[in-house]
Amino acid sequence: MTRSDQKHDGLATGASTAAVASGAAGGAAVDVPSPKVRTINRRFEFLYFAIRNNKLILGLSIVIICFLIAIIGPLLAKYSPFQYTTSYWSPPSSRHWFGTTQDGRDVYAQFAAGMRSAFLIGTIGGVIASVVAMLVGFTAGYRAGIVDEILSMVTNIFLVIPAFAVLLVIAGFLHNVSIPVEGLLVGLLSWPWAARALRAQTFSLVARDFIGMARLSAQNSWRIIFREIAPNMSSYLFMMFILLFGGAILISATIDFIGLGPQFTFTLGKMMNEAQTNSGLLLGMWWWFIPPGIAITAIVGGLYIMNVGLDEVFNPRLREM
Amino acid sequence: MRRYFARKLLTYSLTFIAAVTVDWAIPRLMPGNPIDDLLARIGTRCNTREQCDAISSYFYNVFGLHKPLWVQYLTFWKALFQGNLGISVMSFPEPVSTLIKNAIPYTLGLLVPAILLSFWAGNKVGALAARRKILDNTVLPLSYTLTATPYQWLAMVLAWTFAVTWRFFPISGGYDPLRTPSWSFGFAGDLLYHWFLPFASLFLVQFGGWAIGMRNMIIYELESDYAHYLEALGAPRKLVRKYAYRNALLPQISGLALAIGAIVGGALVTEIVFGYPGVGSLILSAINNKDYFAIQGIFLFIIVGVLIANFIVDIMYVIIDPRTRIGMQGGS
Amino acid sequence: MSLRVENLKVYYRTLAGDVQALDGVTFGIADGEIMGLAGESGCGKSTLGNSLIYLSGRMKYVDGSVELDNKELPIADMHEMDRFRYKEVSIIPQYAMSALNPTRKIGKMAKEIIESRGVDYHSILPEFTRRLELVGLSDDVLRMFSLELSGGMKQRAVMVLSTLLNPSLLIADEITSALDVSTQKAVAEMLVEFRDRGFVKSMMVVTHDLSILHQIADTILVMYAGHLAEKAAAEVIINNPRHPYTRLLISSLPEVGVTYAKKRLTGIAGTPPALLHPPTGCRFKERCPLAFEKCVEQPPFIEVDKGHFVACWKEI
Ligand SMILES: Nc1ncnc2c1ncn2[C@@H]1O[C@H](COP(=O)(O)OP(=O)(O)OP(=O)(O)O)[C@@H](O)[C@H]1O
Ligand code: SF4
Ligand SMILES: [Mg+2]
Repeated sequence: MTRSDQKHDGLATGASTAAVASGAAGGAAVDVPSPKVRTINRRFEFLYFAIRNNKLILGLSIVIICFLIAIIGPLLAKYSPFQYTTSYWSPPSSRHWFGTTQDGRDVYAQFAAGMRSAFLIGTIGGVIASVVAMLVGFTAGYRAGIVDEILSMVTNIFLVIPAFAVLLVIAGFLHNVSIPVEGLLVGLLSWPWAARALRAQTFSLVARDFIGMARLSAQNSWRIIFREIAPNMSSYLFMMFILLFGGAILISATIDFIGLGPQFTFTLGKMMNEAQTNSGLLLGMWWWFIPPGIAITAIVGGLYIMNVGLDEVFNPRLREM
Repeated sequence: MRRYFARKLLTYSLTFIAAVTVDWAIPRLMPGNPIDDLLARIGTRCNTREQCDAISSYFYNVFGLHKPLWVQYLTFWKALFQGNLGISVMSFPEPVSTLIKNAIPYTLGLLVPAILLSFWAGNKVGALAARRKILDNTVLPLSYTLTATPYQWLAMVLAWTFAVTWRFFPISGGYDPLRTPSWSFGFAGDLLYHWFLPFASLFLVQFGGWAIGMRNMIIYELESDYAHYLEALGAPRKLVRKYAYRNALLPQISGLALAIGAIVGGALVTEIVFGYPGVGSLILSAINNKDYFAIQGIFLFIIVGVLIANFIVDIMYVIIDPRTRIGMQGGS
Repeated sequence: MSLRVENLKVYYRTLAGDVQALDGVTFGIADGEIMGLAGESGCGKSTLGNSLIYLSGRMKYVDGSVELDNKELPIADMHEMDRFRYKEVSIIPQYAMSALNPTRKIGKMAKEIIESRGVDYHSILPEFTRRLELVGLSDDVLRMFSLELSGGMKQRAVMVLSTLLNPSLLIADEITSALDVSTQKAVAEMLVEFRDRGFVKSMMVVTHDLSILHQIADTILVMYAGHLAEKAAAEVIINNPRHPYTRLLISSLPEVGVTYAKKRLTGIAGTPPALLHPPTGCRFKERCPLAFEKCVEQPPFIEVDKGHFVACWKEI
């Protein structure tokens, strides 16, 4: 693996929506801080730099605000997202905070429900993708040899098949997916870049002495992986999860926008789909399609910014002075 | 070198086989038997008795439902190699391949310039912004916002602002329906006029990603040993940045390979927003009309396109990065 | 005097405060002198070496002055300093193995650096190849990428490149530590050769390996925790050290030839102080077997014998 390849497996989100999936840009995130700066206890050191990192604070605040909206928002809604009211097509007012759709449904209610869906799908998709990525990446990196060859090949195959295209056919044939099913599908299709990155990181960790020692003492592989390797990568794993989480939200928004998402739950993508198919755009009903897009941008952007902040906290070399 | 490309080709072939298999299996595995559903629906889509029979028997034979599964599978492959992606239900008796052929120029016309220009501009701007306080503080937040934006949403915002509110650009279509397509400047201008907004939308979202990627990469590069060495020898900033840029470009290029799939997805939804007559709009009508053949065909088509694009990037990478080249000559 | 360093202080900025890695050092290097710089890992050797040529982003000039050939070096001024870099002061960095741009052919890179410094590459090329031959490299390396070279080859290529403009002072940081024993010897001898042939006037050789210094250095400067401990002729430091730290350092080696880095100084109990909040007075006092009341004050670095400087209250 060339040097640039390894770099490429870093997680400092370089990422376009697409390149999130690639983790384009980044550096060796498993960077055990040099002994030179290990003047303060490491855990405190993390907190020390974390609370002083503006990017981390900003990103985290945005995500937390969005999360609170997802939790509390639906409780404040005066209507159900599917309920038809008598005010059609109306701009934001005190009765309908975000206005109504062309057939008189409350946009705020849909929005709040969509926020919940977004976090749900991000969590399900992110967790599943992380688990698969860890299983594949750790095994390939730790076992090396033929196991690695096969797993890498599988990873590379999944890597080139665009997840949304597969989702397209699957969802196209399913009559209706629920949020958990959609999350599952998204998760099962978006792990490859993460697995590849983890494999490279595991490789370099295994090359270090202490893993070699554990290996020599003939401990069980999974034990070594979860006792020695995973903890050493915890920061990396966390950043990876963040990107997978954001990626799941974006992919599902694409699927929902095409109209292949859940039928009986509101998602932010579905809102945009309805606004589009019901000429909300032509009629200038901005209150209908602007909020869901802003919400997705805020959540995903917040996650990315948070990630860069984390990267700076974990990698002293990147910190700005 | 040969080993490298042999490996790549193997991966891509396996990918293609996997994709075809998935494509074949999905309608057969799905609950609710979409094929029965399809056959039942065909009755409502024809005008004359003969046409109905023709369609029904055609599909019956194509799916070969009375034959064993492996025969069905082989038949699927055979048809594929004959360039036969099936007959579209929504525009019967047009073959799916013709529909795709008609849509493809529009999609490529959007995608290729958007990818190349955004890659170029994003990298340049990202490189400029790195380690330059003021520029960094403007470019970075803007780029993060752009890259976190769903493609379809930016498309909607642009359409609403520039087409609905200000009417600078047409809201939908690939060209003015009142014109007949011809090789004239007038028509070309009209094409451009319709092309601009969807292009701009695609360009902007990608631009953000490349700018951030380059900015982060170049910071790593500027902190790298060879950069410090150059500086210690008093090399001018310009030379150091030039080296850093070139080296940072390499991971960006492999990032491009990985990103292509998602970019294509972005192009499709952008087309949908602008009613642009490319593959995206085709997908939408296929889905709305439950035209499974078209969906399957487009899926395969996208996969092949992505594979080819990946292969091109692989070749580019080898040309640009001496390290892969040397590693490949079986040297050190 | 080729080099004169006066009360130089360079700190590292960190969010937790300044790391006082180089805290007031005063010494000189004569024309033609090869000075070895020794001390435990983290004592500030690289900081000192780098300070004389290039202050990286985190390094902060605090105080002191540096004079080379009777000219003041504007070390704190990133831009002004460029005039002196490479031509007057040059460095073989501690990271020499990765100092070459991986995506440029070595010759091309050399050409670009040299021309950026206003020197004509073509007129210097014959000398360049001659020197490469001197260190045992054919001029084929100019058409190679760094990954085609072995570690030792890279090391030597950097050595030649760094000294190509005949600097007055060369800082060679840890250039032997990554090599095997026989190559180490060869590389060390090349340094002497470079001096003898006048490629460089004087040298500062940073290393963990006292046997190398014994072999090539005229004088040795010992640092401890950002301060100077002792400077004297190499023979004197090895055979008659006077600072308690140097004495422990030398005696902890079973024989000359073992690097003290690997020995981790088992002979000296305790660890060096953190330089974020260094102790006042003599920084060695926590570990010094001879420490007494006076040691709460910082001992001056004074000449106790001709050319023999020590910073210890016991030696005054
Ligand atoms: N970038 C940095 N940021 C903060 N502190 C640093 C940095 N680099 C070095 N230091 C501190 O400065 C001190 C001196 O470091 P220096 O690299 O000069 O040591 P050294 O003597 O060269 O060690 P070695 O033998 O390991 O190369 C160390 O204690 C370290 O903690
Ligand atoms: S000054 Fe005191 S503490 Fe320092 S070395 Fe001398 S005796 Fe030891
Ligand atoms: Mg050092």
